Amino acid sequence: MSSRLDVRIVPRAFLVLPGLAVVAWIAYKGSQDAQIFWIVTLNGLTLAALFFVVAAGFTLIFGLMRVVNMAHGSLYLLAGYIAFTLQGSWYGVSGNLLSGTPATVTSWVVPMIIAIIVIGAAGVLMQQVFLRWNQGQDLRQALITIAISVILADQMVAHFGGIAESIQQPATWPDSVSLLGVRYGFFRLVVVVGAALAIGAVLFLVIKRTRFGMIIRAGVDDRSMVSALGVNIQLVFAGAFFIGALLAGLAGVLGGTMIAVQPGNDSAFLLDSLIVVIIGGMGSLGGAAIGSIALGLVNSYADVYLKFGGTDLTNYAILLTFVLVVAVLAVRPLGLFGRPA
Amino acid sequence: MSESVLEVKDLNAFYGRAHVLQDVAFTVDERPVAIIGRNGMGKSTLCQVIMGMLTSARGSVRFRGQELMGKPPYRIAREGLGFVPQGRRLFPSLSTDEHLQIIPRRGNGGWTPKRVYETFPRLAARKSTGAAQLSGGEQQMLAIGRALLTNPKLLIMDEPSEGLAPNIVESVIDTISTLAGQGVGLLVVEQNLGVATALAERQLVMVAGRIAAETTAKELIGNIDAQRRFLGVEPLAPRRSS
Repeated sequence: MSSRLDVRIVPRAFLVLPGLAVVAWIAYKGSQDAQIFWIVTLNGLTLAALFFVVAAGFTLIFGLMRVVNMAHGSLYLLAGYIAFTLQGSWYGVSGNLLSGTPATVTSWVVPMIIAIIVIGAAGVLMQQVFLRWNQGQDLRQALITIAISVILADQMVAHFGGIAESIQQPATWPDSVSLLGVRYGFFRLVVVVGAALAIGAVLFLVIKRTRFGMIIRAGVDDRSMVSALGVNIQLVFAGAFFIGALLAGLAGVLGGTMIAVQPGNDSAFLLDSLIVVIIGGMGSLGGAAIGSIALGLVNSYADVYLKFGGTDLTNYAILLTFVLVVAVLAVRPLGLFGRPA
Repeated sequence: MSESVLEVKDLNAFYGRAHVLQDVAFTVDERPVAIIGRNGMGKSTLCQVIMGMLTSARGSVRFRGQELMGKPPYRIAREGLGFVPQGRRLFPSLSTDEHLQIIPRRGNGGWTPKRVYETFPRLAARKSTGAAQLSGGEQQMLAIGRALLTNPKLLIMDEPSEGLAPNIVESVIDTISTLAGQGVGLLVVEQNLGVATALAERQLVMVAGRIAAETTAKELIGNIDAQRRFLGVEPLAPRRSS
């Protein structure tokens, strides 16, 4: 018993000092230029909002069905490509500054809606065709979804090419807004953060207040018991997979407008989702929010502040992400809000 | 002999290479039935197989003429089988009231959350309490109430007395007996001979994955040898905390 306690206490104590050092370093660098610090912080928070939309879907699917959907990033990227293609072929929108047609609200919203519905349906199809008959077989499901993601990645390169594209935001929306003395991108700050907050609130209410949400919570606790009470859990699984995939799709369109649509986004955002839910705890919505903020801020601070005098270590920023994971897992092996399965 | 409601035939189940149910066969009619036997004899497995929660089983389970084997649990529940599992298996993330809200309304047995609260007034006082915060007795009442909302024609109860204080066990026995008197069939699995004999006259003895004998409560209570032989426990011993 006591030896077990020791194991836990040692890393905790060791983590305090580096943690304080990191905070002190960021505070020191930040105090040198408050404006840059504020912009870097906003970069981190807006990135966190995008992470949250992707990871909320990922954690919902995992929490209920114990399916680690390794194709979640592929759904994200495919949605971006669908919206991008529709914007071009239906509305003639292009990013070309000289000859392009600027986007309108309609030519941004309609492709987005179609993309997320298609991706939601694709998620359900994937679950029904490939995953349903492997329920409870974690490894098989992981391998199947990895296979799907590899196939989709190649197909997307074949059809959409390897060049980074971007979905055009409506030209009628402002480019930037003022916030506490800095000008910051309107789409990132208002649309993406707004979408993340709205999704967080809606998911929270659905899970807390509706019968569907209660069944999801019960299913996360003990799904075979839910079924033994006469609830068609398969229908609930399909519904949850639809919502989860739909959120990946929505994030894909938001990310494709905010950053870019390009090969590699699929694995990058899958990795980000995994990190977010490992930090936050698998299956927890609040955990996904905290995990997203932690990951967004670490990414963004590390990109700028990982410079010590003349030594520029910003290339190693990605490593800090994993330091974050290690630190969280050392203290809480199931993530911040994780519960044993 | 009235016609059988539940008919189990040639039931075999495996955990890996362990043959946990071996050609189990029995019938249940309107009268309550208890299945008794020591730990690890396959009693809980039997309940899970009947409810469709364990898919690696073979054989036949017919309920009112309908074959249940191969059906998913929710269909079996909708056929009229209510399940109160071992350890109660409440949902820690849900409040008392939410447990009752998730059950789909169907059939016409007339059970509503309101009637559950009237049957178990203690639950009515703890509607918004999380299931994990309920006392053992309250948890058992909630598990029973939750199963009743599916309007079962047959209630399958796995170790309903497990982990409860003796006076609570008494009240659980009273409740279950009342329900059985209202026309709900009862198949109860118990290690506690006192509870099993109080709930059902027909007693099936399960040993090493088989129904080894059928006897009656009367016979068992009077026959210390049989109790020792079938259960390997001290005769009608007070419940041991396990």
